[in-house]
Amino acid sequence: MGKHIVVDPITRIEGHLRIEAIIDDNNTIVDAYSSSTMFRGIEEILKGRDPRDCGLLAMRICGVCTGTHYQRSIEAVEHAFGVTIPKNARIVRNLIQGALYVHDHVVHFYHLHALDWVDITKALEADPKKTVDEAFKWAKIAGTNPWVADASKFGEVQERLKKFVKQGRLGPFAKAYWGNPHYKLTPEQNLLAVTHYLQALDLQRDAAKMMAIFGGKNPHPQSIVVGGVTCVQDIKNPARIALFKDLLMNFRRFIKQAYLPDVYMAGTMYADEALDGTGGGLKNYLVYGDFRLDDTGFYNSKLLFPSGIVLNGDLSKVIEFDQEKVKEDVTHAWYKGGEALHPFDGRTEPNYTGFGKKENGIAYLDTKGKYSWIKSPLYDDHRVEVGPLARMVVGVAKKDPRISEYVTRFLKNGNLPVKVLFSTVGRTAARAIETELMADIMVEWVDELAANVAAGDLSTWTEFDFDTVSKDAEGYGLAEAPRGALGHWVKIKDGKVENYQAVVPSTWNAAPRDYKGRMGAYEASLIGTKVANPEEPLEILRTIHSFDPCIACAVHIVNTKGRELGEFKVNTSCSI
Amino acid sequence: MNREHLRGLFSAKSARVNTNKGEEYYNSLYERCKARLEELKKLKPVNNVNIMEVLEDEGINRRDFLKWASAMTATLMLPASFTPLVAEAAEVMNRVPVIWIELQDCAGNSEALLRSDGPKVDEIILDIISLEFHETLMAAAGHQAEEQLEDAMHHFKGKYLLFVEGAIPLANGGVYGTIGASGETFEEHLHRVAKDAAAVVAVGTCATFGGVPAAAPNPTGAVGVMDIVKGKPIVNIPACPANPANMVGVILHYVLTGQIPELDSLLRPKFAFGYRIHDNCERRAHFDAGEFVEEWGDEGAKNNFCLYKVGCKGPMTFNNCSIIRYNEAVNWPIGAGHGCIGCSEPDFWDKYAYERPMADANIKAPTGGVEKTVDEFGLGLLTAAAVGIGIHAAFSAVAGKKEECEIEEGDR
Repeated sequence: MGKHIVVDPITRIEGHLRIEAIIDDNNTIVDAYSSSTMFRGIEEILKGRDPRDCGLLAMRICGVCTGTHYQRSIEAVEHAFGVTIPKNARIVRNLIQGALYVHDHVVHFYHLHALDWVDITKALEADPKKTVDEAFKWAKIAGTNPWVADASKFGEVQERLKKFVKQGRLGPFAKAYWGNPHYKLTPEQNLLAVTHYLQALDLQRDAAKMMAIFGGKNPHPQSIVVGGVTCVQDIKNPARIALFKDLLMNFRRFIKQAYLPDVYMAGTMYADEALDGTGGGLKNYLVYGDFRLDDTGFYNSKLLFPSGIVLNGDLSKVIEFDQEKVKEDVTHAWYKGGEALHPFDGRTEPNYTGFGKKENGIAYLDTKGKYSWIKSPLYDDHRVEVGPLARMVVGVAKKDPRISEYVTRFLKNGNLPVKVLFSTVGRTAARAIETELMADIMVEWVDELAANVAAGDLSTWTEFDFDTVSKDAEGYGLAEAPRGALGHWVKIKDGKVENYQAVVPSTWNAAPRDYKGRMGAYEASLIGTKVANPEEPLEILRTIHSFDPCIACAVHIVNTKGRELGEFKVNTSCSI
Repeated sequence: MNREHLRGLFSAKSARVNTNKGEEYYNSLYERCKARLEELKKLKPVNNVNIMEVLEDEGINRRDFLKWASAMTATLMLPASFTPLVAEAAEVMNRVPVIWIELQDCAGNSEALLRSDGPKVDEIILDIISLEFHETLMAAAGHQAEEQLEDAMHHFKGKYLLFVEGAIPLANGGVYGTIGASGETFEEHLHRVAKDAAAVVAVGTCATFGGVPAAAPNPTGAVGVMDIVKGKPIVNIPACPANPANMVGVILHYVLTGQIPELDSLLRPKFAFGYRIHDNCERRAHFDAGEFVEEWGDEGAKNNFCLYKVGCKGPMTFNNCSIIRYNEAVNWPIGAGHGCIGCSEPDFWDKYAYERPMADANIKAPTGGVEKTVDEFGLGLLTAAAVGIGIHAAFSAVAGKKEECEIEEGDR
């Protein structure tokens, strides 16, 4: 009999997540459970509000993919009202969301994920001069020059680290897994990555600033309204557009000269794990689709990221996405309910049954019963994964020229076969590929906005007669957050929200088992992973972080049947 | 109510909190701060990091650093003579350990902290030097993360500042939020970690007043930190998310004086929440001139008119956004053409966060035509005054269009 590992809290994510894993005598994970341990009931809170105000509140579902829920909520209402927004508004919303993508992906890689690949303490042994060679080596593969190519800069970072490590207290770097045998980078590679870690900490503020130029602030922007955007001043003023572009160009350079080379480096050094498919998981991928490229209105436009489903990693077939086939199952989630329901009919009635057994001060999940605040979404009765990897896979399968070009170039440069994508490393690489694509196309969007304004179009809002359109309407806002497919479904009656449901990236990815006992994406991705030291959950973190968890989003948002919450008894075994 | 009266009510010259407390006060405060900094310097630092070296590594020179210190001095509403002390306080900041916990949150305040600017001083100080525990950023997870928290609490007993992000759900015995291997509820967790803190800082409106989870009908019985933690100094830094400049301000103030800053009745530092958004708004002149945005994207919007009629709650909201702004002052909501939603006020989701003016909403709320702090006009009524603003808005809109209007004639 192996061991039962509990990792709670999972850190370097958004939200409250617990992972439990069972390992056999060879330290291989044979079973895994993902559980979210925080619930807010935002759905119940949205009910009865004016649909024009929902976006601001729905945005607070998440402070990391900030702005994504805001736009989706507003677009669900626009879809319900039949409102098409002006061109300026479409481009500005794309730019706000694009800024989020590049910001979020870079912060994810360096500040939430890198320490799963990078051993900071090993950087102390590096030779700063050799680190320069290392920087050139990987930048060359990416077809560019390195972001830092100065031995003295690497030396400075190293000196600073030395001071840290000499003291007992390492702040955020304390009690980590330094020295674990599953860290594979050389000292120079570690130093290179740590240097970029610190620089990204500084630079990410520029990407946030980009969002604030048209959004008013970040996190939680405030310039999007039903019918368009409010930032007419910022659109009108060429200096604002120029500032945006300036920040973008610099950040794009960092993406190309630091982020991508670092991903090539990690991908190469951890190639064994990529080739044997560690962390691949379900291999079923779903994309709702996002970033409208023209003004033909909802769900008719050409999209930057096309929608679709790919099953079993088979790139030769794509199933067309149909929102009717999205359902949520609550068999293993702390809610009441029977069969899986479509979001329009979704219910969210808590039914907390607590933890299972408790031993030596550790409470274990009741994995036979209910064990998470996250529901289990199904697409046409399939368990699927969403996110950058899904977007790249579906894009390639759909033969989207832009996505195919970026993915092909990445694999060719790194001399990597397609199958490496279906792994933890591949998931992390797909995010980087997408970041480069996004930074490039945003340059085109900024220019498009500037040209449109210069041609005299200052329109930012489409008028509608609220009283007429809000009598009885329903709509959905389907899009892609940085972490994957994100949708809001809304029913409106007599000017008030009657029903509201969101099915979002981490709901898809972090979900527990379903009614057939099939695993969610996190759970499936952990099976078969070998753990170097059962006391150190390094490999678990590595794979879970590759999804970029965002748990506050995932936990459910709406009960619209007007039932009383909390008529249930708490199981005494869990009143800890 | 005649028009002049209304105009007087809502556009009186702002009388902010009188921050000038006189020479004697400042002299004694100065001496106190100096003595405290001397004491702090004798303590063993958390890290043997010399802030100036770190700054130089980051390409920030002494001059930039002093510039930042002087801006921070102004934010803290201290006389310019305190600038060197603020700089010195920043240099010994790493003697102040910070533990940051997240409860019913969205991580928005953690993200805001990452955006702090300055120059990058505060970021360095907060992220690299004195942050003992922060789930979003720390490398360790699971039981190692729990050990790190234990260790920091023990090592810095009675000395650490505890920052709390997110609300605390009390319904059904607190089952809506648990943390750690033992499945501790958020309430138990907060009690445990707050016990040995020097002071507790509630960051963001969820931690201060319950925020989003506490919005009607508050399904999880969410409350703020001050409803749970007793017998400890508590500082509330509301807003959604809180402005990182105010987070840094509170820490610096604590380092400087060994005390938490002067607070209003809602436990908000007066240096940041002592006046209203409306008092220092860049669009205030348009309010006074009766020039309003009537609907999104109209001519008024193109000319930066006042946003009151499309729902701006600046007149009821206490915060320093109009001065500090966000993201290195690149913008703020009103700058981006959207009204303030009152996010630093209690119950703002139910009172203020909608895109119509107060007068449309049949809600009682504190408003003050008068320029006083929230304490001075209490939390009474004011539907009447709200209606008053509405009328004033209608009047001045008409006036703005240079048209005649019957009521107006009656007023003359």
